Amino acid sequence: MDNLVFERTKGLTKKEFSYCPGCTHGIIHRLVAEVLEELNVLDTAVGVASVGCSVINYEYFDCDMQQAAHGRAPAVATGIKRVNPENTVFTYQGDGDLAAIGTAEIIHAAHRNENISVMFVNNAIFGMTGGQMAPTTLPGQKTTTSQNGRDPYVVGMPIRMSEVLGQIPGAYYVERVSVHNPKHIIKAKKAIKKAFQNQIDGKGFSLVEFISTCPINWRMTPNDSLKWVEDSMIPYYPLGVVKDGDKND
Amino acid sequence: MARGRVVVSVDRCKGCSLCVEACPQNVLAMDTKVNVKGYTPAVAINPDKCTGCTFCALVCPDVCIEVYREKGGTKNG
Amino acid sequence: MAKVLMKGNEAMALAAIKGGVDAFFGYPITPQNEIPEYLSRELPKLGKVFVQAESEVAAINMVYGAGGAGARVLTSSSSPGIALKQEGITYMAGSQIPGVIINVMRGGPGLGGIQPSQADYYQVTRGGGNGDYNCIVLAPENVQEAFDLVKESFDLADYYRNPVMIAADGLIGQMMAPVDIDKETPKLDLPEKDWATTGMKNRRTKENKDVDPNIIVSLSLVDTVLEEMNLVLQKKYTHMRENQQRYELINIEDAEIVIVAYGTSSRICRSAMEILKEEGIKVGMIRPITLWPFPEKAFAEIPESVKGLLTVEMSMGQMIDDVKISNNGKLPVGFYGRCGGVIPEPEEIVNAVKDFLGGLNG
Repeated sequence: MDNLVFERTKGLTKKEFSYCPGCTHGIIHRLVAEVLEELNVLDTAVGVASVGCSVINYEYFDCDMQQAAHGRAPAVATGIKRVNPENTVFTYQGDGDLAAIGTAEIIHAAHRNENISVMFVNNAIFGMTGGQMAPTTLPGQKTTTSQNGRDPYVVGMPIRMSEVLGQIPGAYYVERVSVHNPKHIIKAKKAIKKAFQNQIDGKGFSLVEFISTCPINWRMTPNDSLKWVEDSMIPYYPLGVVKDGDKND
Repeated sequence: MARGRVVVSVDRCKGCSLCVEACPQNVLAMDTKVNVKGYTPAVAINPDKCTGCTFCALVCPDVCIEVYREKGGTKNG
Repeated sequence: MAKVLMKGNEAMALAAIKGGVDAFFGYPITPQNEIPEYLSRELPKLGKVFVQAESEVAAINMVYGAGGAGARVLTSSSSPGIALKQEGITYMAGSQIPGVIINVMRGGPGLGGIQPSQADYYQVTRGGGNGDYNCIVLAPENVQEAFDLVKESFDLADYYRNPVMIAADGLIGQMMAPVDIDKETPKLDLPEKDWATTGMKNRRTKENKDVDPNIIVSLSLVDTVLEEMNLVLQKKYTHMRENQQRYELINIEDAEIVIVAYGTSSRICRSAMEILKEEGIKVGMIRPITLWPFPEKAFAEIPESVKGLLTVEMSMGQMIDDVKISNNGKLPVGFYGRCGGVIPEPEEIVNAVKDFLGGLNG
């Protein structure tokens, strides 16, 4: 008989994901759930779902969850963590949520060095509402509200949130990763593990930015979307550690 | 001789084919029949070439794939 | 019974501590600043949480998170700041999260002013957020009552798993008065917060493995499910209407005119009633203490002698709508109000009563 070497993590409920075929939200959910299980914090975890495609991920993570108003997850997480510091508190947010309406909340959660772990999924558009331009939409990228392609002269260049947050003194650890192939998926999991270990060790604000895909709104096949991540997204959003408090000590 | 084996939960699969591209041994392909959701799920067309490397499971956005390896394999890549 | 001379805002802050607050999240705005200032000093001493947020929006969402995690939570602000919190408040109502919101009202609209006002009546009673929801709204008339109501509000919030708002104003907040800080307030027996997101640790054990996680959410994309969620809330609001209508009746027995006024307005009307009494004009008052649920029951107690109702507000007339609804066309309803933060003098009310009475007799 052969061994089972890969199985569904206990960090996920049995519920099927509602995401479009090939959307890498699913991969990121699995990685976060595996880390919660492997660090043995599922039973102290309290997650905060934001508003976007992943809004109902409170049905997918097998731990206590709260659903936050659009952009406010870092504030909700602050409230949870401050009253119950022994909980392992994380937010799971998209770029529309974190980089548009929620910029004040994420910047100030970092500024206060809140001891929470933020999972920030950047797919360069507003997915749930049908593919509108986001602050992270690339120059020239066509979306339903930049139908001739994003024009930086009119709406500016996309924001690199990890770099923005990285230079805030209170931010302890900020890394940008991708999940567009197995090698990067394994690296991404290490970053998630570090973000949660930091929280367990009380080191403070940790954020992992994931470059993610949106095949349906990018109007590409799932595999072409992964290619587009490599060819267009990563050059503008370089992967790697933006800030690591462990290094500065 | 096959050293690995994959099991796809056919009705969870959305036919996104990420696993097909990721597999270094071209074990997987899109089935011709549709599943309960109307997608053509992944199916192992060359099961003997599977090494149990778990790449397909790593890239599956819907966590549909379980991977087995002959004795002596390490867990979860 | 120790009486301490305190500013209204500080009395409300102390009352929150006496009420068992665990966490305060706020943001500076005049005329309520003494509340966060007092709590920033006192809460850490008690091992409790104080956070000054980056905005009122963030503060109310911290309240949402902490309240959803089972803590007794408080925020305070004033009029435009309360406007920013409306989304958070409807989320709390929708997700059934208890919490107390102190609103030290000031002149509006827009940035308005910093003097006391009651021009947010619609906002606090009709709800500035979206959807069918209500908050219990308690309107103190003086510093002692503000203390009592804030202290009691935490039990009310937990009992109903709903936000409770204190509608004070700049005068009550800034005025100093002796406060009995040991005064007992009504206690309610409260259920366990088994719904709070405290982590599965003590809930999921070897004995019962398939326990579902607690989820704090107000969303449902299935209309019939969202309807069910609404009907749960409506049952609570019906219970509130039946059991939480609070008011005070003052000298209405053989009154000719009954004033309807709350908070600072009602306090000024008391002086006016004294003056009128000396002039042989019998005036009574209905003083709503809950703005929501509005005390309709009080209107059933109006004696036949009463010829008309005069609503007095520090606004251009908002509570008058509820007065008319409760009056249901029985009696003529008059209005006197000042806005912008102007506090009416008792003499103004005296003249308003005489004009109103003149109109009725004329």
